[in-house]
Amino acid sequence: MHVLIIPASGGEGEGTGFWATAAPIIPHPVEFFFSLVTFAILYWVVKTKVVPRLEQIYAERAAAIEGGIAKAEKAQAEAKAALDHYNAQLADARGEANKIREDARAQGAQIVADMRAQAQSEAARIVDSAQKQIEAERQQAVVSLRGEVGRLSTDLASRIVGESLHDEARQKGIVERFLAELEAGEIAPVKIGKDS
Amino acid sequence: MSILALGMEGGGEGYTPPGVGIFWEPLIGHDATAITRPVFLAVLSVILISWFLLATTKKRAIVPSKGQMATEGVYGLVRNGIAKDLIGSHEFMRFVPLLFTMFMLILVNNLFGVLPFTNYPTMSRIGFPLALALIIWIIFHIVGMQKHGFFGYWKSLVPAGLPKGMIPAIFILELITDLFTRPVTLGLRLFGNMFAGHILMALFIAGGWYMLQSGGVLVVAGGVTWIFAFVMTLFEMLVEFLQAYVFTLLAALYIAGAVADSH
Repeated sequence: MHVLIIPASGGEGEGTGFWATAAPIIPHPVEFFFSLVTFAILYWVVKTKVVPRLEQIYAERAAAIEGGIAKAEKAQAEAKAALDHYNAQLADARGEANKIREDARAQGAQIVADMRAQAQSEAARIVDSAQKQIEAERQQAVVSLRGEVGRLSTDLASRIVGESLHDEARQKGIVERFLAELEAGEIAPVKIGKDS
Repeated sequence: MSILALGMEGGGEGYTPPGVGIFWEPLIGHDATAITRPVFLAVLSVILISWFLLATTKKRAIVPSKGQMATEGVYGLVRNGIAKDLIGSHEFMRFVPLLFTMFMLILVNNLFGVLPFTNYPTMSRIGFPLALALIIWIIFHIVGMQKHGFFGYWKSLVPAGLPKGMIPAIFILELITDLFTRPVTLGLRLFGNMFAGHILMALFIAGGWYMLQSGGVLVVAGGVTWIFAFVMTLFEMLVEFLQAYVFTLLAALYIAGAVADSH
């Protein structure tokens, strides 16, 4: 609407005044004054409101970016700490497993050694008792054989002599003495049949 | 519609090209105390810029929305691309509000030159850029004197290590630069670009309109002129951005020179 009205008034109403034809380099006082006023108002708005707000945005943005970087660094450090922790745990577990394995091996060896020793002693005991039994039986056989041999020889001798020597032989302990001598090796075996 | 009016003005007896008169648009009052259209535009620009900057920075999101990203982009350009690079990371922060305000104010008021309905670059009225240049001029003197002391500041204008005989001449040259050339060129550069750009576009569009109405071969010429006007509009947008940037850049440069340890 300005556009429509103004040239009309400018062109006709004021068209012939001093200011309409004045050299354009002469400042109009009201315009000069309003230039100062409008500048002052805008300067006040910019200085008290706009620039502080924009500077705050700048500062907050810088802080946000730096905060983000710090946060990322912290997260990275935490992740590294966790990794170290897990690695340490893993190493511990591995060491423990090794130790258990070693223990088990040692224990196994111990058990085998024990068992072997036990078996050996058992075997020795069995052998020992068998020997003892054999000895006892042999002793028994020797004793019974001695009696038998004495009786048989006496029987044989009494047959040969024709008379019972039993009583006499028993009285004099001949047989016993003979056998003792025989055991001691004092009597050499004598061939009886062929020479006589 | 203003185009129509401008074209009609010259419609009576031959063609009268648009002149300085097209910039004089008082809305309330008369002459030296009139509140003109660019005053309304300047006020409108402050309302729009404040609303946009406050709305887009309200959430203060770390992951920005599109609006916040746009504001941050422009702010980053001024803060890091201009203030930090020129003034140095030590002292730049206290000048960022000043430079950012300058940039936004000039950019939006410049862009009003090609926006429909506003269609008027506020900075094509010398009063506006001159006031802004004056603010910069005062500020870089104050910070320079804070840094070097009152006499130290004037002494610092002369580069160290000059032969004694040259010091007075150089001092006078530097004094003229410091007191006169810098503020005047800072204001005039912005004013001149906007003024010339606007009058050029008015000429193209009004002239094209005049030719289109004249009939005959001139219709073709008028069509071509309007195509040029369109291209000029795009070019004008580039100039408008560039002038806002250059103004802010030079303001930062002057401040940087004042707070520098030695010239």
